[in-house]
Amino acid sequence: MSKLISSVSPHFYGKRTTQTIMLDVIIALLPAAVASVIIFGLRSLLVIAVCIGTCVLSEFLFQKLCKREVTAMDLSAVVTGMLLAFNLPVSIPIWQAVLGSVTAIIVVKQLFGGIGQNFANPAITARIIMMTAFSGSMTTWTMPGNGADAVSSPTPLAAAAKGLKDAMPSYQTLFLGNHGGCLGETCALAIILGGIYLVIRGVITWHTPVVYVATVALMSFICGKDVLYQVLSGGLLLGAVFMATDYATTPNTKWGKVVFGVGCGLITILIRFWGNLPEGVSFSILIMNILTPYISKLTRSKPLVGGAKK
Amino acid sequence: MKLHGIKVPHKKNTAGCKPVRIPVPERVVIPMSMHIGKLAKVTVKKGDELKVGQLIGEADGFVSSNIHASVSGVVEKVDEMVASNGSKVPCVIIKSDGKQEMYEGLKAPDVKDFQSFVQAVKESGVVGLGGAGFPSFVKLGVKDLSKVEAVIINAAECEPYITSDTRTMIDKSDFVFKGIDAVRKFMGVKRFIIGVENNKREAIEVMQKSAEKTDDVEVHVMPSIYPQGGEKVLVYNTVKRIIPKGGLPLDVGVIVTNVTTLAFIAEYLETGVPLVEKCLTVDGSAVKEPKNVIAPIGTPIKDLIEGAGGFKSEPAKVLYGGPMMGIAVPSMDEPVLKNTNAVIFMDEKEATPPKTTPCISCGACVSHCPFRLDPREISRAYKLKDAEALEALCVDLCMECGCCSYICPANRPLVQTNKLGKVMLREYLNEKKARQEKENKEKEKKEAKK
Ligand code: SF4
Ligand code: SF4
Repeated sequence: MSKLISSVSPHFYGKRTTQTIMLDVIIALLPAAVASVIIFGLRSLLVIAVCIGTCVLSEFLFQKLCKREVTAMDLSAVVTGMLLAFNLPVSIPIWQAVLGSVTAIIVVKQLFGGIGQNFANPAITARIIMMTAFSGSMTTWTMPGNGADAVSSPTPLAAAAKGLKDAMPSYQTLFLGNHGGCLGETCALAIILGGIYLVIRGVITWHTPVVYVATVALMSFICGKDVLYQVLSGGLLLGAVFMATDYATTPNTKWGKVVFGVGCGLITILIRFWGNLPEGVSFSILIMNILTPYISKLTRSKPLVGGAKK
Repeated sequence: MKLHGIKVPHKKNTAGCKPVRIPVPERVVIPMSMHIGKLAKVTVKKGDELKVGQLIGEADGFVSSNIHASVSGVVEKVDEMVASNGSKVPCVIIKSDGKQEMYEGLKAPDVKDFQSFVQAVKESGVVGLGGAGFPSFVKLGVKDLSKVEAVIINAAECEPYITSDTRTMIDKSDFVFKGIDAVRKFMGVKRFIIGVENNKREAIEVMQKSAEKTDDVEVHVMPSIYPQGGEKVLVYNTVKRIIPKGGLPLDVGVIVTNVTTLAFIAEYLETGVPLVEKCLTVDGSAVKEPKNVIAPIGTPIKDLIEGAGGFKSEPAKVLYGGPMMGIAVPSMDEPVLKNTNAVIFMDEKEATPPKTTPCISCGACVSHCPFRLDPREISRAYKLKDAEALEALCVDLCMECGCCSYICPANRPLVQTNKLGKVMLREYLNEKKARQEKENKEKEKKEAKK
C-alpha cells in the first residue's frame, strides 16, 4: 500500500480559486466589451485584444526573467488588460496601448510584488500615466458611428462642463452608451449588468459601488448639477463597479469599503466641479488607493475576545 | 451580531444507516492517552487474561481518564506507540479470543448524589466524544453548582460526512433524555438546550417529541453553517454569550456536552459497562458502502473497512474525524480511539490539496472567521517572527476550525500558520514570564540586601 498523504486540516477545499474569481470578473466585463464593439466598431475589439495580449505576455516574460513563480495564467492580467482597454479611447494608437499595458503590469503590479501586493490599481495608474504622456491621443474622442475616422467630439461631461447644450446627449443615450468616451465606460447598462453579476456571485459586495455613486449623486444634487448626468458619465460606473472594488488596492472590511466609496465620491466631485478635469474618477480612485492602508487599519475587524476573564 | 461561518458540503450519506457491529478484531491496540490530560497508568502486564470492561489503565492525576479492555483475550504486549501529536505513549495490545465475555465485576454504579454521580462518570472512562476528548468527570465536576445556569447539549455535528451523533439522537433518544434527567437530578440544572443543525430532520423530530414531555429542555435548531458545533460558536448561537478568551463555558454560566457523551453516561448509569466501544461513521470517497459501525476501542482502522463493503479505490488520505478538523493518520494500523467519531477514507482526487498561489488580499479569510481573526495578518506576523503582533492579533483565540483555509481562493495554508503562530506566541509568553520572574527575584534579592 502506498504511503498516506499527511497534511494539516482542513481536508476539504472551497471551489473558488483566484482563477475562478478572475473568470467571474471577465464574464462581468463581457457585456461592456460587446457594447463597445457595437458602439465604436471593430477597432475596439482590436484595442481590447492588444491590451489583454500585452498584459499577459509581459507578466509571463517578467516572471520568467526574474525567475519568479509564473502566475500569468491566473487570468488577473486578462482583467487588467480589459480594464485598461476600457479606459482608452477607441482611436488610441496601438503602440501606445502596448506601452500602457506594459506599464500597468510591470511598473504598477509586478515591481510592487505581483498580485495582491500592489498598492495602486494597475489599469487606473497606467491610464493616468498615459494621459500625462499622450495627452493628445488620450483625449481624442471618437463619435460613435463614424468608424475609424476620428471625428473629435467632446465627452458628455466635457460638454456639460463647458455648457455646450447641443453636444449633450439625452439620458437614454447616456444610459445605452451611444456617445463619445472611453471604450468601456459609456454603456451604463452593460456595466450595471456586470456589477449585479459580481454581487450575486459574491465576488464583490455592493458597498463600494453603491456608496461611491450615491456620494456623487448627493453632492451633485447639493451643488445644483444634473445628478443623472454626473452619475451616468465620465466612467463613474466603470470605476465604481470594477476598479474601486479591486481586492488588493481597496479596503476589505465593510466599513472600510464605505469610507473608500465616500472618499472616492468626494474627490471625484472636487475634481469635476472645481478642478481642471471634467472626469476625475481615475484620480479619485488612485488617491484612495494610496489611503487604503490607513483606512484598513482604522476599520480592522476586532477579534471576538469576549469580556474580561474572571 | 452574527458569527461568520461557511457553507460546506454536508455529505451526510450515512444519516439513515443504523450502526452495525463489526466482527471482533483479531487484536486491539489501546493507547493510554485518548483524552486531554495526563496519561493513564497501565494496570496490566503481558499475559494477563482480560474480559470486556476490565480496567487496564487508571486515571492518573486530576485531569486524566480510566481505560478499559474492549475485547476479551490476553495481553499480548505492553508497548509504546507514537500518538497523532508525535509524542510517545504506552499502549496495551490485547489479542482477542473472539468471545467478548463481559467482566463479572461490572455493575450499575450506586449513584445517590452529585459526588457519586461525578465519581461514576469518572469510573466509566468517558471523555468528550464529540472529538475534544476532555475527561467528562472534570467538566461535570464543577465546584460551584450554582454557577451552572444551563447545559448545552452539542448535537450540531457540523462536520461533513459524520452522522454518529445523528444516530445517537435517533437510536438512543431515551438515553439522551435519561442523561438529561441525571444531570437535572444530581446537578440541579434547570435549563437544557439541545443545539442541532437543521440538516438533521429525523433527529430533530425525535428530540422535539421527547422534549415536549419536559418543561426545561428546548431543541434549538440552527442553520447549517459550519462551525456551528464549535463550543464558543454554539454557546453564542444558543444563549448569545461570548466566552472570554482563555475562558471556559462555565465563565458564562453554561456547560457544553456532546450528545453522545451524555447518552453514554446515562447508559453507563444503567448497565455499568464502561466506554469500550464506539459508534463511528466510515465514509469518504474511497469507501464502497459508507456506514455507521460499532467497533471496540483499539480496533485498527483498516479493520473497519470490511464493515463498509471494502474500498472503491485506494485510499490516499485517512482521517480521524471529519474533513474540516480531522487529523490525517500516518497509517491504517492506527486504532479507533475513544473520541473517534468518524474515519474518513479519501481517494487520491479528494485528498489532493489544490495548489497554493499568492494571496490576492481578498479578505475572504477575515470575513469568514467566526472569531473575526485576520489569518492573513497572522501569517505575515508569523513570517516576520513578530510574537507581539501575534498577541495583538489574538492568534491564541483561533479554534482551528478551518473556515479561513477552506474559503481562501489562493489556498493558503492558513490553519497551519495559525497553529505555528500559536506555538510561537506561547513560547514568547513563557519566555517573557520567566524573564519577569527572574527580574522580580533579583529585585527582591537586592531589596533584601538593603
Ligand atoms: S483563524 Fe482560526 S478560528 Fe478563524 S477561521 Fe481560521 S481556523 Fe477558524
Ligand atoms: S483568503 Fe487567502 S487570498 Fe484572500 S486575503 Fe485571505 S489569505 Fe489572502
